[in-house]
Amino acid sequence: MAEPRSDTAIDEARRPAPRPGPGTYGLRLVVVSYLFLLVAWPVSLVARNTFADGLDSLRGLFADPDIVHALQLTLVVAVIAVIINTVFGVGMALLLVRGRFPGKRLLSALVDLPLSVSPIVVGLALTLVYGGRTGWFGPTLEAAGFRVIFATPGIVAATVFVALPLVIREVVPVLEELGTDQEQAAHSLGAGAVQTFRRITLPAIRWALVYGVVLSLARSLGEFGAVKVVSGNVSGHTRTATLVVEEQYLNFDRAGAFATAFLLALVAVSCFVVFSVLRPKESRS
Amino acid sequence: MSIVVSNVSKRFGGFVALDGVNVAIPTGQLTALLGPSGGGKSTLLRIVAGLERPDGGTVAIDGRDATALRPQHRNVGFVFQHYAAFKHLSVARNVAFGLEIRKRPKAEIRERVQQLLALVHLEPFADRLPSQLSGGQRQRMALARALAVEPSVLLLDEPFGALDAKVRRELREWLRRLHDEVAVTTVFVTHDQEEALEVADEIVVINEGRIEQVGAPDALYDAPTNEFVMRFLGPVTQLGGALVRPHDVAVIVEGPGGGVGAGPGGGLAGRIERIGRVGFEVRLEVWVQDGSARGQRVSATLTRTQFQGLGVSTGDAVWLRPSDGAPTLPAARHQDRGPVGTAAGTGTGAGAGAAALIAT
Repeated sequence: MAEPRSDTAIDEARRPAPRPGPGTYGLRLVVVSYLFLLVAWPVSLVARNTFADGLDSLRGLFADPDIVHALQLTLVVAVIAVIINTVFGVGMALLLVRGRFPGKRLLSALVDLPLSVSPIVVGLALTLVYGGRTGWFGPTLEAAGFRVIFATPGIVAATVFVALPLVIREVVPVLEELGTDQEQAAHSLGAGAVQTFRRITLPAIRWALVYGVVLSLARSLGEFGAVKVVSGNVSGHTRTATLVVEEQYLNFDRAGAFATAFLLALVAVSCFVVFSVLRPKESRS
Repeated sequence: MSIVVSNVSKRFGGFVALDGVNVAIPTGQLTALLGPSGGGKSTLLRIVAGLERPDGGTVAIDGRDATALRPQHRNVGFVFQHYAAFKHLSVARNVAFGLEIRKRPKAEIRERVQQLLALVHLEPFADRLPSQLSGGQRQRMALARALAVEPSVLLLDEPFGALDAKVRRELREWLRRLHDEVAVTTVFVTHDQEEALEVADEIVVINEGRIEQVGAPDALYDAPTNEFVMRFLGPVTQLGGALVRPHDVAVIVEGPGGGVGAGPGGGLAGRIERIGRVGFEVRLEVWVQDGSARGQRVSATLTRTQFQGLGVSTGDAVWLRPSDGAPTLPAARHQDRGPVGTAAGTGTGAGAGAAALIAT
């Protein structure tokens, strides 16, 4: 089945590309300037401002223990959130693609909810449920010695919430295209469910999964609104890197704000760079 | 008996895929499940493999009730129409998969994979990925992979369905030879009657969730129990009140009386309407006026030599009757749509009528 397709692909590759006309160049100009004005230029200005006076502003960041703590907290929260979202995301994607149950479409829509709801709403909603004093479930947990809101678990929960659909939405189409033939073949060759998943399904979805993880990581590092509501923003305790940026910016510490923002962007961008270097050159299948 | 299927039923929603099927597959033979698309043959195969659960009935493999067994515990080899190659594994690793799952020693796996790749003529491709193989090669790899675990039965679901005609023929012959070498009980699903007749030791004809007939290819071809089996296994035409194969229609030129009606040997008189030559055979379409108001178009297939011996051309009068000993079935209903089955391509009934008027 792949054969005729690959033949036509070769034919298309051999066919000389039509000469680009003035329209094509015009379109390219629009796209490039759009991306430049909206993305590349502003982000590069952040980098330029960071290094305006050499490495001083970056050094200043690492000299402040509260900021170092905030960076560490952000990293820890992001990693935990990514792990949770990866495990849950793969399971959910399998359920959505392979499962047959009433309410599947509703569940699928629910998964997309975090993308459509403002993070600040997420934060407020979590506070309503897990808030230590007035929350629906919070006082019970707090009595058991487990604090959610104004503590790390709350920050993790908010981050997990906002990045929830990313892995699922990357993995679902690949699973759908994969079909069940290979898994059934593995079963008939004696492989159990776990072996089949590890040896057949996981390798087949690995690049979609890695991409989903990269997206989730970038999203988790950059989360601001939901975290601001649930964290309490206590410097040295529950203040994350994005909150530091806001704080510095509001306090006219522009150099510090740019430096922190630059660090956040650097980590996220390097994730994507590493991904595109690692990823095989051919198509994802 | 290697596989015994008893009273198996399966529905998909409102669609009845299998309706109380009973069949026994003999050990060591190559059996074809033959039938039209949607007839339930693939469902039956998948139930035997454990990939579908029957709504009722039992499946026994090698004398053991396997109805409740998961596919991984049935020890069956399954080959899919679209190969189901493990795309991220090399050909050798694909073949080794079942053995690796069974945690066989590495040296043994390597040796066994070598043997199997030799068996399917894929040794030079051991380190390639499935995407670098042709369809036929992929299917041979899938076959080697299924054989690696020494299954008690080998099940093939339309194994050559996705291949082009030439590769299909080659693989078909190759499968026959392979089966003579390995002699594992093999069941394959096909909707191609030629494939079934050519390859199988035994054919199970399935239609609309029921088994129509089981038997050796020759027995089915020569003695079909009903019209469906007769039509499905080969071209059929209607001569008078009987269904007969076009190559079993005897064409006689000289009649003593020359009149319409009974000719020599009780043949029916008709007029040649069209002569078509396809390779080594000649297909005649004869318009027969069988006494009743409506005529019928009968097709007859002759060899080139027979045809030349007759020396007839379009418009000539001939007499038709079934050859001696030819299998016939009474036609279920009188049809005026001329030849049926997969006989020579013809026009529509209306066009045929007009052609007949012009010819006479």
